[in-house]
Amino acid sequence: MKIKESKSYKVFKFFNIIVLSLVAIISLYPMIYVLLASLSDPTEFMKHQGLLLKPVEFSFESYVQVSKHPFILSGYKSTLFVLIVGLAVNMLLTLPGAFALASKDFKYRALINKMVVFTMLFSGGMVPLFLTVKAYGLLDSYWALILPVAVNTFNLIIMRTAFASIPPSLAESATLDGASELVIMLKIALPLCMPTIAVIILYYGVQHWNAWFHAMLFIKTKTKYPLQLVLREVLVVEDTTSMTIGGDDTVGLAETVKYAVIIVSTLPILTLYPFLQRYFVKGVMVGAVKG
Amino acid sequence: MEVKNKLSRRAGSVATPPFADFIRHKWLYFMVAPLVIYYILFHYIPMFGLLVAFERYVPSKGIFGSSFIGFENFIDFFTGPFFFSRLRNTVVISLSLLIFSFPAPIILALLLNEIKSKAFRSVTQTLSYLPHFISLTVVCGMIRSFTMDNGVITDLLVNFGFERQSMLSNPDLFVSIYVISDIWQTIGWNSIIYISALTAVDQELYEAANIDGATKWQQVIHITLPSIAPTIVIMLLLRIGSILNVGYEKIILLYNPLTYDTADVLQSLIYRRGLQEFDWGYSTAAGMFNSVVNTALLILSNKISTKVSETALW
Repeated sequence: MKIKESKSYKVFKFFNIIVLSLVAIISLYPMIYVLLASLSDPTEFMKHQGLLLKPVEFSFESYVQVSKHPFILSGYKSTLFVLIVGLAVNMLLTLPGAFALASKDFKYRALINKMVVFTMLFSGGMVPLFLTVKAYGLLDSYWALILPVAVNTFNLIIMRTAFASIPPSLAESATLDGASELVIMLKIALPLCMPTIAVIILYYGVQHWNAWFHAMLFIKTKTKYPLQLVLREVLVVEDTTSMTIGGDDTVGLAETVKYAVIIVSTLPILTLYPFLQRYFVKGVMVGAVKG
Repeated sequence: MEVKNKLSRRAGSVATPPFADFIRHKWLYFMVAPLVIYYILFHYIPMFGLLVAFERYVPSKGIFGSSFIGFENFIDFFTGPFFFSRLRNTVVISLSLLIFSFPAPIILALLLNEIKSKAFRSVTQTLSYLPHFISLTVVCGMIRSFTMDNGVITDLLVNFGFERQSMLSNPDLFVSIYVISDIWQTIGWNSIIYISALTAVDQELYEAANIDGATKWQQVIHITLPSIAPTIVIMLLLRIGSILNVGYEKIILLYNPLTYDTADVLQSLIYRRGLQEFDWGYSTAAGMFNSVVNTALLILSNKISTKVSETALW
């Protein structure tokens, strides 16, 4: 059957395509601009005004400057360490914890669930957390970036929901065969919940990658700064003096160098982005089932 | 058979000594122990730190050695020059986000829903998610560079008669910059949940409406919107529950002393007073106020959600 379309709907369809194309362009273009600016000659770029469609006087100068930056590499190293060790800690606590909290055989399930959810509602706040981390002797240590965020309550609940949705008959028949709860978790629950596990690994990973605030509070040694805190120094605190050669073009150099820093630090994510995107999208849906 | 099994097991655990449950389910206890220790060490013990709000805290004397001064820190905070203005800034930014940034992904989802071409739709969607994958420090670095007096956004606005200036140094522009960049960051990503609600709509409803001669507009109003209304309500309540939780990390990355009048929110004030100026008592008192109001708002919005949509938020 041919669907009748009113004239106004046809006009709407036309503008709809224009509006959505604009959304797509505005989402993408700032990153393109950053890329083109980072490949521009620092001095010439300073004189340029408005949008870029190609680099102003193509030059790798800014990237040469970035490679001389003392803290970008150490930032990458710190971030990778925190990411890998942090993820391991996250999974070691979240997976077994969520499994126990999903198990109907666990006597204190309701109590501990309440204890966990309460922390989503109320927290001591910034200063008490700082004083606690200080009292534990974690200041200026990578552990200060790992332990306070060892469990994300939201991820824990997602995982618990996934474990709870496994048909209880599977665990019961395994119990009859003499399997312990540890074996049931490892051999039955974890393999069945792989998609959800993938999602929370991604969530934890992104959380570690993006984190800078705790590092600003807890880390004093600059060589231990994670990448995002180095980025804050470079992009926000405008600590670009250490990387400019001086002279008249200092300001222009700093701008294009900043853009080069953005590209260098965002490239890994943007390369992974096309591959990971659908898992993230799936994650939104997993989280939405029951947040 | 299964029921019987369970019953006998439960009956057994009542009659046996207190450690029987532990022995029977030792693995569950081992699994949950690290989790419980974590929550105690990093969530519950810090709550004792709230005592600092009632003390003239001296780090060398510790929480239990510092002198107790009752509500003095709270009185300082509530009667001081910052309480009202920072609360106002927090609410202004939150409400601006609610009015402009919250509906944006809903509109995007509705617009995408009217697109027939699958390829165009998926390309637009994929590109609109991109800003979500750029870290906050980088986003704020870009905002800073683009809005400097020779930044690209400033350049573009000057063409429309805008006065050339460093936009982030102008307190009148801060909220707009914050909200517009928030829309840019979140519109695509936050639309996912609405798009999936839209794809769940029974297509037969549209076919039936077509046969009845309903126009496209009528279909949007009577079929599409009602079908995503529950999702909208839940997302809205989540927002309202965290109205005092403005993304303070982004504020701290974007503001400067020139814009404190409009940009400084409660959380950034708490950070600055506590961890930069070491005014521990004042900052903890302000943080406690913030936490208590947040908790009340969350409980309230959950109550409303349970009533309205029969879905608890947690």
